[in-house]
Amino acid sequence: MTSQTKSADLAKTTEMLSGAAMVIRALADEGVEYLYGYPGGAVLHIYDALFQQNKVKHVLVRHEQAATHMADAYARASGKAGVVLVTSGPGATNAVTGIATAYMDSIPMVVLTGQVMSHLIGGDAFQETDMLGISRPICKHNMSVRRPEDIPYLIKKAFHIAQSGRPGPVVLDIPKDMTMPNQKFPYHYPTEISLRSYQPKQQGHSGQIKKAVTALLAAKKPILYAGGGVIMGNASSELTELAQLLNLPVTNTLMGLGAYPAGDKQFIGMLGMHGSYEANQTMHHADVILAVGARFDDRVTNNTKKFCPDATIIHIDIDPASISKTVNAHIPIVGLVKPVLTDMLALLKQKKKKLDSAALSQWWQQIDQWRAVHGGRYDSAAPLLKPQYVIEQVSKITKGDAFVCSDVGQHQMFAAQYYPFNKPNRWINSGGLGTMGFGLPAAMGVKLNYPDADVVCVTGEGSIQMNIQELSTCKQYGLGVKIINLNNGYLGMVKQWQDMNYESRYASSYMDSLPDFVKLAEAYGHVGIRVTTPEELQPALERAFALKDQLVFLDIHIDPKEHVYPMQIPGGAMNDMFLSKTERT
Amino acid sequence: MRHIISVLLENESGALARLVGLFAQRGYNIDSLNVAPTDDPTLSRLTLVTHGNDQVIEQISKHLHKLIEVVKVSDISEAAHIERELMLVKVKASGNQREEVKRCADIFRGQIIDVTPITYTIQLVGTSDKLDAFIQALGTTPILEVVRSGASGIARGEKTLAL
Ligand SMILES: Cc1ncc(C[n+]2csc(CCOP(=O)(O)OP(=O)(O)O)c2C)c(N)n1
Ligand SMILES: [Mg+2]
Repeated sequence: MTSQTKSADLAKTTEMLSGAAMVIRALADEGVEYLYGYPGGAVLHIYDALFQQNKVKHVLVRHEQAATHMADAYARASGKAGVVLVTSGPGATNAVTGIATAYMDSIPMVVLTGQVMSHLIGGDAFQETDMLGISRPICKHNMSVRRPEDIPYLIKKAFHIAQSGRPGPVVLDIPKDMTMPNQKFPYHYPTEISLRSYQPKQQGHSGQIKKAVTALLAAKKPILYAGGGVIMGNASSELTELAQLLNLPVTNTLMGLGAYPAGDKQFIGMLGMHGSYEANQTMHHADVILAVGARFDDRVTNNTKKFCPDATIIHIDIDPASISKTVNAHIPIVGLVKPVLTDMLALLKQKKKKLDSAALSQWWQQIDQWRAVHGGRYDSAAPLLKPQYVIEQVSKITKGDAFVCSDVGQHQMFAAQYYPFNKPNRWINSGGLGTMGFGLPAAMGVKLNYPDADVVCVTGEGSIQMNIQELSTCKQYGLGVKIINLNNGYLGMVKQWQDMNYESRYASSYMDSLPDFVKLAEAYGHVGIRVTTPEELQPALERAFALKDQLVFLDIHIDPKEHVYPMQIPGGAMNDMFLSKTERT
Repeated sequence: MRHIISVLLENESGALARLVGLFAQRGYNIDSLNVAPTDDPTLSRLTLVTHGNDQVIEQISKHLHKLIEVVKVSDISEAAHIERELMLVKVKASGNQREEVKRCADIFRGQIIDVTPITYTIQLVGTSDKLDAFIQALGTTPILEVVRSGASGIARGEKTLAL
């Protein structure tokens, strides 16, 4: 075990702290402002140390899952690791869904889990669970503390691993005896850390970058396909510059929304299962695909055997294991997207050769024709409130500049399709794991850290009930989140699949006995507004957003029959889509 | 295709579990696994025998690289290499079978390392194929126990897998 502590000499010059105090002090030295958590036996020493200082503030949630989503959403909005503290046993297992959610979307997070005393480990002690074993497949790395004096080093190491390379959650398991208040050790927080076995690549290979530029300049039907890696890699401006330099059509994945401004004419929408007609068509017919920080997920490619038959694929990704995993990349570039795009830009600006402009303008004509088709338009004259319309109105009142934190279901897809994200880090959703219950805690994590911003939680009556208890946390910390509950009375996404594949046999997708959400919001000390007709929407939104610092729960009753379109036809190519209940490609 | 993958791993608790877990999680095969510390006590050397098509093997090697404690990975079966496995076999050997078993062990350059009036324990070192062949060659001799170490391997020539 490598340790940064250098025994007795240091002791004379440095502060002596208990393990518990070191945990909190190390977080403070790392610049952590908020810690999200829930106390219990194994972490009481740490909580006591927390109580005795005021640098690191603690947010007491009502369920540990919410603590993980709050930390996760903070990371998605800020790019910095969120930090969680939970107790052993049930505290740790309650955090599991949140850890897995962050892992699937490559979100940096440091999760401190209490553990029973070292000498009790393995003996089925009270509130003992093998958290290292449980979390191993759902985190980037995990470690346990074996000597209190290692705590500062291990915390630094956790942040280093979480935030570098392909980011992800790191779990640090802390047995209670490592935090004894009366046992003190020299404290030293390392400023830097280097691990011989972990040296993630930064720059891309210059030969590969040259090849990529050559291939791109030879394209007649290019497309830029950008994912969440651009957002976590903070490379949105480089991406935008490159796209505009070459006049490339750009599509973003569900995780990449905001990487390229949705309001720009070169943006052709999200791609994939519920992607736009034009994005999926453009991908399918492209001759060169420049994939940046995207991973050719099955929700994007549809049947990989039929995926983009004519395309030369250039794939930039920090994780070599993402390259040629599902779809073969012809020109792989491993590296951080930001320096790779910067190098590409420099090279492109030097080159005399430009894209074949006649071919490109023909390509754009074709794309505009696809655009005109615009599958998935909704019936705006219908008497019932349409979820798409609600999202459009939310976007209007927030001037397209809110943080939109979503739950999982149809409402998530409507938000992704109808809220135009012009900035990165504004669209916060569980794309990889698809965790219902993510939305409200995510919105809380963002609102706490960006108190002046509009923070919206788009949810459904199913999802919101998975972490509804957090309305109490919102009251305690004054979190003025606006909840847009697209209430269709059904687990809508499940129902849609049952409509399409099971002859509308709604096995357990109808929610009977829903609570009165308005009264429920009021019971927690918030404002609740019910909206049942299109006319009521506008005034309700105005009232809600005028109540700046208050949480407003908008229970919006929408057309329960609405489906999300376009929808790729299972087993088909990118561009095989249902466009409505009656039309298909 | 059969591949022999060598890994240098930080000799830390949990590192091996993480590596083995990766194979279980992603559905990769482990035909055999051999692991022990090296001359440098902070490092373990692992030899892993697996099989799969090129794409699977490439993913295995990339995912091994991704594990924080993995220092180096090499598919030594891609080039000239040496592979050795140790096997201990206990067989029933009485009456005229005793001569037969001894002859067979000699042919395979095995050594009889333990003897009782009715059993022999034979030690054999070689490629995994050779060990398989020895078991075949024992024919009707009743085998009481087989213990195999799994292959360990090293590249031929001057190439090394070290820090
Ligand atoms: C924790 C969890 N359980 C189950 C699912 C499967 N699932 C995906 S969408 C969905 C329905 C969501 O219903 P609701 O929140 O009302 O949203 P709607 O689709 O109606 O907009 C379900 C059950 C999931 N994604 N997450
Ligand atoms: Mg619903």
